[in-house]
Amino acid sequence: MLHVLRVAMPALVTVGCSGPLSTLDTAGPAARDVAILWWAMLAGAGVLTLLVVLLLALAFVHRARDGQTGVSLWLGWLGVAMPGAVLLVLLGSALVLGEQMIARPAPGVIVVEATGHQWFWEFRQPGASGAITTRDVLHIPAGRPIHVRLAAADVIHGFWVPRLAGKMDAIPGHVNVLRIQAAQPGVFEGQCAEFCGLEHAAHRFRVIAHDEAGWAAFQRGEAP
Amino acid sequence: MNALRRHRALTAIWGSAPGWRGSIASVNHSDIGRRFILAAFAFFAIGGVLAMMIRAQLATPGSAFVGPDIYNQLFTMHGSIMMFLFAIPMFEGLALYLLPKLLGSRDMAFPRLSAYGWWCYLFGGSILIASLALGVAPDGGWFMYTPLSSRAYSPGVNADVWLLGVTFVEISAIAAAVEITVSILKLRAPGMRLDRMPLFAWYLLITALMMIVAFPPLILGSILLEVERAFDWPFFDPARGGSPLLWQHLFWLFGHPEVYIIFLPAAGVVSTVLPVMARTRILGYGWIVAALLAMAFLSFGLWVHHMFATGIPHMALGFFSAASALVAIPTALQVFAWIGTLWNGRPELKLPMLYLLGFFLTFVIGGLTGVMLAMVPFNWQAHDTHFVVAHLHYVLVGGFIFPMLAGAYYWLPHFTGRARAASLGKAAFWLIFLGFNFTFFLMHLTGLLGMRRRVHTYPEEMGWAWLNLLSSIGSFVMAFGFALFAIDVALQIFWSRRSRRNPWNAGTLEWAIPIPTPVYNIASLPHVQDREPLATDPALAVKLARGEGYLAVPRHGWRETMAVETTTGAVDHVVVLPGNTRLPIITAAVTGSFFLCLLFGFYWLALVPLAGVVVLAWRWAWVLGSREDFGPLPIGQGQAALTHREAVGAPGWWGSVFLLVADGTLLASLLFGYAFLWVVAPNWPPPARIEGGLLLGLMASAATLAGMWLQRRSLAAACAGRLISARHTATAAAAAQAVSIVALMSLGITALPGPETHAYAAAGWALLIYAALHAAIALLCSAFVSARLASGHVSGTRLLEPSIARLFSDYSGAATLIVLVCVLAPAMAP
Repeated sequence: MLHVLRVAMPALVTVGCSGPLSTLDTAGPAARDVAILWWAMLAGAGVLTLLVVLLLALAFVHRARDGQTGVSLWLGWLGVAMPGAVLLVLLGSALVLGEQMIARPAPGVIVVEATGHQWFWEFRQPGASGAITTRDVLHIPAGRPIHVRLAAADVIHGFWVPRLAGKMDAIPGHVNVLRIQAAQPGVFEGQCAEFCGLEHAAHRFRVIAHDEAGWAAFQRGEAP
Repeated sequence: MNALRRHRALTAIWGSAPGWRGSIASVNHSDIGRRFILAAFAFFAIGGVLAMMIRAQLATPGSAFVGPDIYNQLFTMHGSIMMFLFAIPMFEGLALYLLPKLLGSRDMAFPRLSAYGWWCYLFGGSILIASLALGVAPDGGWFMYTPLSSRAYSPGVNADVWLLGVTFVEISAIAAAVEITVSILKLRAPGMRLDRMPLFAWYLLITALMMIVAFPPLILGSILLEVERAFDWPFFDPARGGSPLLWQHLFWLFGHPEVYIIFLPAAGVVSTVLPVMARTRILGYGWIVAALLAMAFLSFGLWVHHMFATGIPHMALGFFSAASALVAIPTALQVFAWIGTLWNGRPELKLPMLYLLGFFLTFVIGGLTGVMLAMVPFNWQAHDTHFVVAHLHYVLVGGFIFPMLAGAYYWLPHFTGRARAASLGKAAFWLIFLGFNFTFFLMHLTGLLGMRRRVHTYPEEMGWAWLNLLSSIGSFVMAFGFALFAIDVALQIFWSRRSRRNPWNAGTLEWAIPIPTPVYNIASLPHVQDREPLATDPALAVKLARGEGYLAVPRHGWRETMAVETTTGAVDHVVVLPGNTRLPIITAAVTGSFFLCLLFGFYWLALVPLAGVVVLAWRWAWVLGSREDFGPLPIGQGQAALTHREAVGAPGWWGSVFLLVADGTLLASLLFGYAFLWVVAPNWPPPARIEGGLLLGLMASAATLAGMWLQRRSLAAACAGRLISARHTATAAAAAQAVSIVALMSLGITALPGPETHAYAAAGWALLIYAALHAAIALLCSAFVSARLASGHVSGTRLLEPSIARLFSDYSGAATLIVLVCVLAPAMAP
């Protein structure tokens, strides 16, 4: 099932699911896994909706039996056992998936400090000669996991690059860590996901994933 | 006494004077219920207009219809109105109108309280709407996250309007919750055991119990945030040991159960209307009750699914994710119970059934997307996008509005006494159903394509323009549908022909009442032997009108109804309810001026209406009761019962118990906040802890324990008939509480650092003030009992008031001891 989805996804994306901020037009491992989960859940939800519609329709053509029949079928099997089994499988897979996505310390991970402000993002990371600070543009190397350490200077903001990974809040007084990774070099749109006041709509940023040469140049402080 | 004379006598007792003077004094549950419903629908229309403006703004990219300042007010008020001024009050109105009729009773347990709740709702809602007209409406989102809603980032009055206005309205929610609970547990027709109650009563009982536990965290959070904004107590300020996450926990601790509080009454409507439409009985009554209990329980364990992106450890999220998914099981059970009921019956596609089918499709889709959102990895992508907007509208419109519309068409003949005329209702259904799905089905995709919530505009190149335009068109179609519904209802009210009694051939007691309903509901109370009394005895209505039930003979001008033993439904006592009075509207107006003083920053002036509320509360309790004993009174059927003044476990006592449960939840939330800040918030430990104060703490404990003991002694003395001794002991109990208040406040002043220095000190002060406030309430109760003993209202047999005073003084004692342990513990620590 999952394999089929992995193959079919590019086809699904081309029929209207692409876009610079689309969670379905994925460009990183975390976003890809979530998109696979979504398509699998959509299929399951479609089947269950059809089942309910069918049972409802049949109720109107069905020849009535009098009284209280079918308690164990309707309530025991359809009401409890069926959703119980479906949910157990779903919860198990989602838990495993989530465990794979959380930012655990690992060798070779690049750490970036991101601070949300009203209404811009400030990124800070080690370069070849001292820290490099950028505003509203985050530079990363393609193909490597990045841990973004999220902080906020004023109110709560949310760091979200939909094509790469899920979102995480930047909360004053707390530090959260989010792992992102771009499979290929490219430019990816990001946006503040948590309502942060007047200019929330304009609170956007950009992630540039470099190839090896571009990344080395960036770290040397050369304009990429 | 024949039926007509009985009708006249009962109408004279239960009716209200004509004109506006009668209206403002009415405490009749049918009046109050209808007002709640009409006002809630008016607020729904206002919230709907705001939604239209939101959709107009989002219809095209880069639109300049409104700017971000107005847009933020629009979506904040849309959410707040629909949640606090429409959904909850609509259910309250339906419950107030229907419950006594379903249970075979003549009114709710606390008629004046429902009137007070109504006026608080009307005045509080008007404050919110006025702020919208003046352009200073709340603009921080209906969830009011700190620090955005703190003084530093929201300096205007907007956030205060939300915090104070909503808290004012919540008074009516707590009042309704206590009242619904006690009315269902006590005020039923004799013979109606718990397992013979109509399912709808079960739904309302569980909803009301959930409200008693769910609203206090919100009320506490609002108080703390308002205190932070007004007096700079840093509960949520991370620089001084507060945490923005504490607000989120308190808010969602309320906010998620709230969703089920909205859904359950509507599900109760489905469980009531659907079997009638299918001409059968509901499948699996016991299973459904069990599912409701499971839902109520689980709904308090899944608030964190609104906070999956806040950095809580993943394994902890797994627990809340599982609880969020598991709540789908009791929901699925109900859905299949309903479908199974249709299979067992012969369903007819009448208008209410059409709306129920709309409910099924919409709600099932909303439930399934809810399960999706409960999965943590998917939530990280979908959270705060239009996918969630789509999901929540599927659940709330599907799970609340469609069943309520079905219920509206089902009970309209009951409300109006008229049959449905035009077939506009069908057209309205199709416009609402198609418009709704057009608007929100596409929105799932909009969200997955990355469109965030709460943005006033978006650039064209994101690929959302066509989706938004279609959603906006759909929303206007839906709006036409609601307009058509309103017209249809108006036609039925004003022009339709009279309906016969029980037009649907339903089996529940509300249809045993003549329609339109007389002010006293039923001429005599039935003895219930079945879940559907009308199905087993179709002639019941006539028998009751002829006076063949309980309390068929009016006496003393009393408003009488029966109270039963909670589980068995056996006759317990006769409740004599208070009549019409202007106390509720006056008390609500004074309460409102307290909130207005706070809103405008006149903090010292606010003490005047506060004192006014105390005086009015005293008066409220004083006008009840009696100076003489009546003993067992005949109630018909050859039986006799005491009045509630002489009985044990009167509604007033039960109401106090449930009020204290809500109060205890508030204290538990405060203690949770204290512990949460200690463990999670940044900038701890505090620069200065409590120093000394042990002696004052011991003094406060001794005084509160003495108050408790003396109030118990006073009750025992009154019970033994030693009334003078009881009076002196009650006075002494009040004095002991006064000592406790002084000791608690001295403890704060001498030992605790100033509340604005650190969240630790602020939380400590909040706890002390809580204890002192409850000592003051206990003081007033003891003083009241002392005065009532002096005036002859309390005797060896009329013990309701001292037993309620005992409840409050016990609670105050327990709360004070807990508070002192928590406040003094840091002084003991090395």
